[in-house]
Amino acid sequence: MIEIRGIRKAFGEQVVLDGVDFDVREGETVALMGPSGTGKSVLLKHINGLIRPDGGTVTVDGLEVQKLKRKELTELRTRIGYVFQNGALFDSMNVFENIRLGLSDEAQYEDLEFARERVAECLRLVNLSADTVRKYPAELSGGMRKRVGIARAIAGKPKYLLYDEPTSGLDPVNADIVDELVKHLDNELGVTSIMVTHDVRGAFRVANRLALLSGGRIVLQGSQEEFLQSTDPTVREFLERDFDNRPIAA
Amino acid sequence: MNALLGIPRLVGRVVLATLAHLGRFSLMVLEMFRGLAEWRIWFPRTITEASNIGVGSLFIVLIISAFAGAVTAFQSGYQWQTALPVYVLGTLIVSTIVLELGPVLIGLVLAGRIGARYAAELGTMRVTEQIDALESLGRSPASHLIIPRVLAGFLVVPALTVIADVVAVLTGWWSVKQVLPVTDVDFAYGAQYYYRAFDGYYSVIKAFFFGGAITLISCYVGFNTKQGAEGVGRAATGAVVASSVVILMLNTLLAKILLN
Repeated sequence: MIEIRGIRKAFGEQVVLDGVDFDVREGETVALMGPSGTGKSVLLKHINGLIRPDGGTVTVDGLEVQKLKRKELTELRTRIGYVFQNGALFDSMNVFENIRLGLSDEAQYEDLEFARERVAECLRLVNLSADTVRKYPAELSGGMRKRVGIARAIAGKPKYLLYDEPTSGLDPVNADIVDELVKHLDNELGVTSIMVTHDVRGAFRVANRLALLSGGRIVLQGSQEEFLQSTDPTVREFLERDFDNRPIAA
Repeated sequence: MNALLGIPRLVGRVVLATLAHLGRFSLMVLEMFRGLAEWRIWFPRTITEASNIGVGSLFIVLIISAFAGAVTAFQSGYQWQTALPVYVLGTLIVSTIVLELGPVLIGLVLAGRIGARYAAELGTMRVTEQIDALESLGRSPASHLIIPRVLAGFLVVPALTVIADVVAVLTGWWSVKQVLPVTDVDFAYGAQYYYRAFDGYYSVIKAFFFGGAITLISCYVGFNTKQGAEGVGRAATGAVVASSVVILMLNTLLAKILLN
């Protein structure tokens, strides 16, 4: 379980998170929504300790992330797969080496035969052909890069998957494919997922719980029905903007 | 009143920024020492890096050292007085190249070549979240990225400096014969007469420090890059300028410590 309590984070004068409370229970897929620049990615990076908060606590499986020692944090990170916004694939490595780096167990990483099998399995899970392994990131399309990023994140069989805008920059067809993939992986792997997105349709399609971050705080977290029935002006404005500017049914 | 407060404020800001840099730099070095235990990761990457920057820099090093040797010879010939024995030219050319010109010139050239490359590589990795990705996979950026580059610098820069010294002395030898009546025997006699074994070690020691300075600074600058493509550009130029200044400072410091 992931528990976030009163997280505050500022970069210089700019306050990005101002007391965020947010929970994710095991087995859930939660969509963390919000307009661009509201700190969704910053919040996500607090969960695996890539960013340290100015105040508040982040607890994963009972472990307070900012108090973990170096080795403990490394161990925790092997349980959290992170899918970066633009894939963040290593340019100098081919797809095989990129996904192989996701094998958190060093013995498995060194075992070339095991690594080959696991990489092939991960590519199959993200619907990429086996011959992709020899390609370099520069030779992949945007959608393929995102899928390789997902394959790398799941290679170490993590318990949690954090997706940072997995559909941003993709055309609607590819965005739908990635959304379906996220949903399929959550079902097949049984992981707990948080998907940061500003795409309301995608969030409604994939997540079984939603949260809206705005003004440095979580404005609302709940089911799809709760969102649709909310009278909060921030929630309604955000949802209506993405539903073709048509008022949504309450 | 505001103008009066402006100077202390500026000084305060510079002091704080310097302390912050020193703190982050120390943390990076500490991470490197921690990462040394993961030799299975950094060792093969060090070989690759050393090979990349060594082979990649060889051509420019050969060109520059050849011209440096020739210019040293011509200028020595220009300043030569007939009252002096001609073998002095051998002493002058070899000492100038081995003690100063070889390591410093090659250090400055490699500060441009290797420093800009490493700062831009790591800077791009930082702004495209590749370094974050490495950390999120539970892997140490120090053992994957920094240690191989720094060790490659410590190994390759002295090796290239030795090659540069040899090439510059040989071209200096050949060149001085074109402008003055110096025989091979005269030159070899002069070169050996005042030469001490320590001169060669001094050249390599300086190159060793320069190699460390170039790679440590460029890795630090690249690792702390911010703000996209513009930041990467700033990191590359910043790394070259900082490395060059540190090379000149180290050159003075090492001369004071090792030659006195």
